[in-house]
Amino acid sequence: MFFKLNPTTGQPLYLQLMQQIRHAAETGALRDGDQLPGIRTLAEELVVSPNTVAKAYSELEHDGLLELRQGSGAFVTVKRRTRSLTDHVQVARRRLRDLIEQLREEGLLDEEIKRAFEAELLYPAEIVSK
Amino acid sequence: MTNTPVILTCELTKSYGSLAAVQELNLSVGPHRITAFLGQNGAGKSTTIKMLLGMVRPSCGEGTVLGKRITNAQENRDMRRKVAYVAENKPLYGYMTVEQTIRFASSFYSDWRTDVARRLLNEYKLPPQRKVKALSKGMRTKLALLLAFARRPELLILDEPSEGLDPVGIEHLLQMLVAQASEGVAIFFSSHQIAEVERVADHVCILDNGHLLVDASLDQLRQSYRRIDLVFASAPPEREFRIIGVEKIQTKGHQMSVFASKNAEAVIQRARDLDAVSVEVAPVGLRDIFLETVKEN
Repeated sequence: MFFKLNPTTGQPLYLQLMQQIRHAAETGALRDGDQLPGIRTLAEELVVSPNTVAKAYSELEHDGLLELRQGSGAFVTVKRRTRSLTDHVQVARRRLRDLIEQLREEGLLDEEIKRAFEAELLYPAEIVSK
Repeated sequence: MTNTPVILTCELTKSYGSLAAVQELNLSVGPHRITAFLGQNGAGKSTTIKMLLGMVRPSCGEGTVLGKRITNAQENRDMRRKVAYVAENKPLYGYMTVEQTIRFASSFYSDWRTDVARRLLNEYKLPPQRKVKALSKGMRTKLALLLAFARRPELLILDEPSEGLDPVGIEHLLQMLVAQASEGVAIFFSSHQIAEVERVADHVCILDNGHLLVDASLDQLRQSYRRIDLVFASAPPEREFRIIGVEKIQTKGHQMSVFASKNAEAVIQRARDLDAVSVEVAPVGLRDIFLETVKEN
């Protein structure tokens, strides 16, 4: 599995790692029963604090997406529900594509659309998370 | 796992004549984490580290490292057995060869790991027979790091460990820090390499003019610091934005830029209430947090 953490996006690294593992499970890049590297191995590979990996793993275990077995590592548990999320994401992408097409027709530049998306994404997330 | 701080100071102060190098520092460094200690040159970082290790006597205040009082000579000796330290100027004996230096250091520490020393000697490509005085700055740094990493301390204190290292050396250093942290070693290191700190540190302390300005987890900083760029149809109502968490406001024509250490949602809400034409929110990296914090002080 390849993970890429960006320290300057304003999002904690453990959350980025969680999202990437979840995404990998939703797209099928990670299958049920697949083993993830140990905390130390992954921390050294990504050159991040081991606490970052430990926190991501333990939150994913709490969410039911990972099973941590004493001494033998972390295993992916993909339930049917996770699969249906993949379909959700695909439907959402189609809707997004339509919306972007529409905005382009209305004369917006890609850069403007991108900035508007980023601003909107940063805005409500902070209010919702309260 | 206990959560007793590995470093704890109370009003720790050092003055040189009328110059206060460190002022009433209250520092609490947790175990099981990597803590970065940032500050400009002359901010008091090295003085603080030297006081912690008992190498400089505090003018007033007190502190403990691994529960041992820093001003008590006996407790200090006990503590130094469990703490590995890499000093800023990497003091080594110039007349010894690399190999002699390693053998010399190994005889002092009961927690010495010969296998790790040998592996690092290889990885760092240090010439065993070369005299220390003939080493380049980078090699000198690597040798000093080797002497610390070959031990198994409870706490690792490093003062500017990446100084003199090339990018490959810095990457290797960071991996070593991560590996040590994985073994449960608490790490406290000062650095000017903000991009590197941002990757590996769990916690950041920013010192300026002897004062502690920021003491927070990096996750917390990432989630709370925001730059909010606003555009108004008329002159921006700057006064309306002087609320808690807003550290700085810059206005240029109809544009206004707000730098917030927290409370970004309130700023955004206010901007919408005041009919801002455009609201853009951007995260703030550690470099900008550092520069803004130090500038404002």
